[in-house]
Amino acid sequence: MNKITLIGLTEFKRLFNSPLAWSLLAILQFILAMMFLLLIDEFIAATQTENVGQEIAFGVTDIVVSRLYLWAGVMMLLVLPILTMRSFAQERLDKSLLLLTSSPLSFTQLVLGKYLALLLFILVVVAMVSLMPLSLFLGTTLDFGRVLSSALGLFLTLSSFAAAGLYISSLTAQPIIAAISTFGFLLLLVVLYLSGTSNTSNSELFIYLAHISHFFSFTDGLIHSHDLAYYVLFSLLFLILTVRRLDNQRLQG
Amino acid sequence: MPEKKLMQVHHLHRYYHQHHAVNDISLDLAKGEVLGLLGRNGAGKSTIMQMLTGNLAPSSGTIMINGVDLLEQPLLAKQALGYLPEAPPLYHDMRIIEFLSYCARLHDIEAAQVKPAVERVLARCDLEPMQQRLIGNLSKGYQQRVGIAQAIIHEPLVIILDEPTVGLDPIQLQSIRQLIKALAREHSVMLSTHILQEVEAVCDRVHIINEGKTVFNDTLIALKQHQENTSLDRIFSALVRTEEVL
Repeated sequence: MNKITLIGLTEFKRLFNSPLAWSLLAILQFILAMMFLLLIDEFIAATQTENVGQEIAFGVTDIVVSRLYLWAGVMMLLVLPILTMRSFAQERLDKSLLLLTSSPLSFTQLVLGKYLALLLFILVVVAMVSLMPLSLFLGTTLDFGRVLSSALGLFLTLSSFAAAGLYISSLTAQPIIAAISTFGFLLLLVVLYLSGTSNTSNSELFIYLAHISHFFSFTDGLIHSHDLAYYVLFSLLFLILTVRRLDNQRLQG
Repeated sequence: MPEKKLMQVHHLHRYYHQHHAVNDISLDLAKGEVLGLLGRNGAGKSTIMQMLTGNLAPSSGTIMINGVDLLEQPLLAKQALGYLPEAPPLYHDMRIIEFLSYCARLHDIEAAQVKPAVERVLARCDLEPMQQRLIGNLSKGYQQRVGIAQAIIHEPLVIILDEPTVGLDPIQLQSIRQLIKALAREHSVMLSTHILQEVEAVCDRVHIINEGKTVFNDTLIALKQHQENTSLDRIFSALVRTEEVL
């Protein structure tokens, strides 16, 4: 087995050794289920009646599914920093990082392994969130393509969160600082979007830089290559920065 | 006939900004030898060990592990190294057996060989009855043993132990010292300590450093022959004091 997969799988399993991953998943699922119910209620009570006789009517996919994925993205903005802080900051604090840095593996393998563990966790989250819209298939028809593109959008958004979190985690030996900084950074990108779209200070650049603008096209059912490129470049940038940071630390101490 | 040198370190320097933490350290380690790196707290022992294990880059100098340059080919050189840092690098949420299997895989042990390798170190470090326990629930002495177990699981040629007996009770101390002596039969061991008795108990050769500089480097036997009536204790204090006067 390749070293990256070895580290990825072990770290992923370790997440579930403690109650942390279980409680995060449980709370996430509970809150999102509440949101889901609320959105369905809204759909049945308001939207459906408004839709009668309208030429352009919003379906259940517009009202419930897209918004549910957006909410999942917002919730994970809070949750992912707690996971990424473990990757390097917590390991430094526990002095266990030396196990990996003394082993015959490169920093690239180390960083990709840690990233893989986070991606696996994100896959679990996306799968659990997707169960909710999929349950609607029991009673109605859904735009399945749009559910898939929303799920892909959520996965990509969360992976880019994870890459940024991994880098910030590599900067410090204080897990709390890593978590708060990651949260702040991710929130800043949302604020960039708000500022970019406001009437007084609109800026295409700000909108482009924010995750959320790219996520919107996925939840609208559009998979643009430029959105894909944004996520790939964003994640790649932070992974490279993380590798460089670890190497720099070896040089500077 | 010259003995085979498994580790050769030449003119190692390390600066932290202006502070010259390690100043021109050269040392070597022959096969089957136990070298004690002795110095007071803050003398630069841990810094040297971090450099020897590739966790810290030296400002200048070369480190050869079994003929491979650690700075040029770190992955290859690290295969021949086993390292126990000052605080054992353990995952407290894993069971001993899981953790050691993971370490074995990290050190390129083939899948089929992992189980025998883990069983071997469990036996060697007297961890067999505890193998299913969570590392976080172990006492300090047992955690130290797991730390040593992860350092020797891949049968490295060179084992580097940073203060392996710190914080252990006298009985644990005895058993870890016996383990180190046993390891030296097949591996070369370098350990750091600030305890003189430890050097006398387990080491063949001693390398004393003070403020990052070598102040003494010879075998214990030679030392005793030269100054029969003097204990290592006296020499150590004398050397360290002279340095301070200079």
